[in-house]
Amino acid sequence: MEKRTVFAGYSLPALLLVPQLLITIVFFYMPAGQAMWQSFQIEDAFGTTTIFVGFENYRELFKKPEYYKAMGTTLVFSTAVAFLSLSISLLLATMANKQIRGATAYKTLLIWPYAVAPAIAGVLWLFMFQPSMGMVSKALKSAGVDWNPTLNGNHAMLLVIMAATWKQISYNFLFFLAGLQSIPHSLIEASAIDGARPMRRFWTIIFPLLSPTTFFLIVVNITYVFFDTFGIIDAMTGGGPAKATETLVYKVFADGRLGGDLGGSAAQSVILMIMVIAMTAFQFKYIERKVSY
Amino acid sequence: MVEKRTFLSAILPHVVLILGVIVVFFPVYVAFVASTWDAATIANGQMGLRPGPHMLENYHRTLFVGTASSTREPVGNMMLNSLIMALMIAVGKIIISIFSAFAIVYYRFPFRMAAFWIIFVTLMLPVEVRIYPTYKIVSDLNMLDTYWGLTVPLIASATGTLLFRQFFMTIPDELLEASKIDAAGPFRFFKDTVLPLSMTTIAALFVIQFIYGWNQYLWPLLITTKDSMQTIVIGIKKMIVTQDALTEWQLAMTTAVLALLPPVIVVVAMQKLFVKGLVETEK
Repeated sequence: MEKRTVFAGYSLPALLLVPQLLITIVFFYMPAGQAMWQSFQIEDAFGTTTIFVGFENYRELFKKPEYYKAMGTTLVFSTAVAFLSLSISLLLATMANKQIRGATAYKTLLIWPYAVAPAIAGVLWLFMFQPSMGMVSKALKSAGVDWNPTLNGNHAMLLVIMAATWKQISYNFLFFLAGLQSIPHSLIEASAIDGARPMRRFWTIIFPLLSPTTFFLIVVNITYVFFDTFGIIDAMTGGGPAKATETLVYKVFADGRLGGDLGGSAAQSVILMIMVIAMTAFQFKYIERKVSY
Repeated sequence: MVEKRTFLSAILPHVVLILGVIVVFFPVYVAFVASTWDAATIANGQMGLRPGPHMLENYHRTLFVGTASSTREPVGNMMLNSLIMALMIAVGKIIISIFSAFAIVYYRFPFRMAAFWIIFVTLMLPVEVRIYPTYKIVSDLNMLDTYWGLTVPLIASATGTLLFRQFFMTIPDELLEASKIDAAGPFRFFKDTVLPLSMTTIAALFVIQFIYGWNQYLWPLLITTKDSMQTIVIGIKKMIVTQDALTEWQLAMTTAVLALLPPVIVVVAMQKLFVKGLVETEK
């Protein structure tokens, strides 16, 4: 799509573009390039000499069991959060889409957690599940569960999953509701006339028609879990106990901290960049399809 | 409704939605309750679900004095830092991206598409994956512990430019033709036609970016070393990181309430703009 009429001249548009291009190059392309360059280098312990080592950092990385562990953690974490938050918000959106009293009030009451910072969401849940005096952990203890997320890796994982899901429900709810509202009512009526009960209508008419929204949300949720949950993890568990909640992004941060293993951290950054680019490309391909749909 | 309403089908949506609302509100309510009790009640696990008598004291101490051991900085100050950071990011992004989108849409020049793609690619990479090299550049530019260092690197993103470009494409060509006949130059056209038409888009982008800026975590964690530059989201983490027994939970929870209130108010008060911004920046 192009404009039919435009202004003439080169200098003004160049001037208008300079600020954004400058910021983009200095704070985006230079660091990204730097990360790539660093991933081919090894720095000695004092940071005085660096040598070019080719793919050595990558080979080292793929030899380490910790890296596979972080991959597994990320996989479990993102699958759980995406599945839980998508199912809960689809249920809520379906209910809010019925012609009921107070539908807009429900919407307002459900969307605000989007505005809560991930780290703050983490702190809220940490407080409820704090082993010695948290409200929920006390209830769990009296029910006979030996709840302790600071020692038990599975408990810690459950905790970050709950906080991350809680925060993501509002976002998914909004998009599901918009998706549901765009489904023509006549289709649902037609299938009702054919005798389809509500459950059947949902699975054979509504759910398939909603699939573009669902696919879009799956990609968005995975990206969310990959990157935005950093604050949740850092505030709640710091990747522990015993690295049970260390995701790929958290590992980039932890390995490079205090100039630790900059080359290895950079190699992990590059792998993550490739993953995000693949996911974004997938998402754009899907958006192309949505236009025709 | 397609079918006859039965009692169950009328009541079920309300039951499910009310349960959802309770789950969503519960953690924040617990934090609010904790912000009204004293340290001893919380530490003993005696805090119930009813607010206690220490609300004013806790909020006053959090805002103007701060915790005794961990952060040493009044939270009021941190909120001011967060506010400045959020505003600079939101306003900066809007200004930079409305100009670049205007140049890309209303001009033909060499490398126009190249410029567009250079900006567009940044959509894909969040700051988390290039964190240390970006930190190094900011530190080389002597921008650590400054508001510029805190905000400018986060302004480099494509969402705003794409959003404005998309909107400018919907402005009818006739408007530009009419202004040209009236001998209006690019400045005039921008000021009198494009800007007034873009107001809703600007407002929607502002809401989204304000929340984004206020909630930043990893970046301010690395860039700020001075206590006086801390944002509230960082501050709260420092309150909890100390030995568990020393955590002043009542103050930490007060801080949590104070940290989530401003962006939540923005979302609720400007719900329409927020939904518009959210849906359109994701397209």
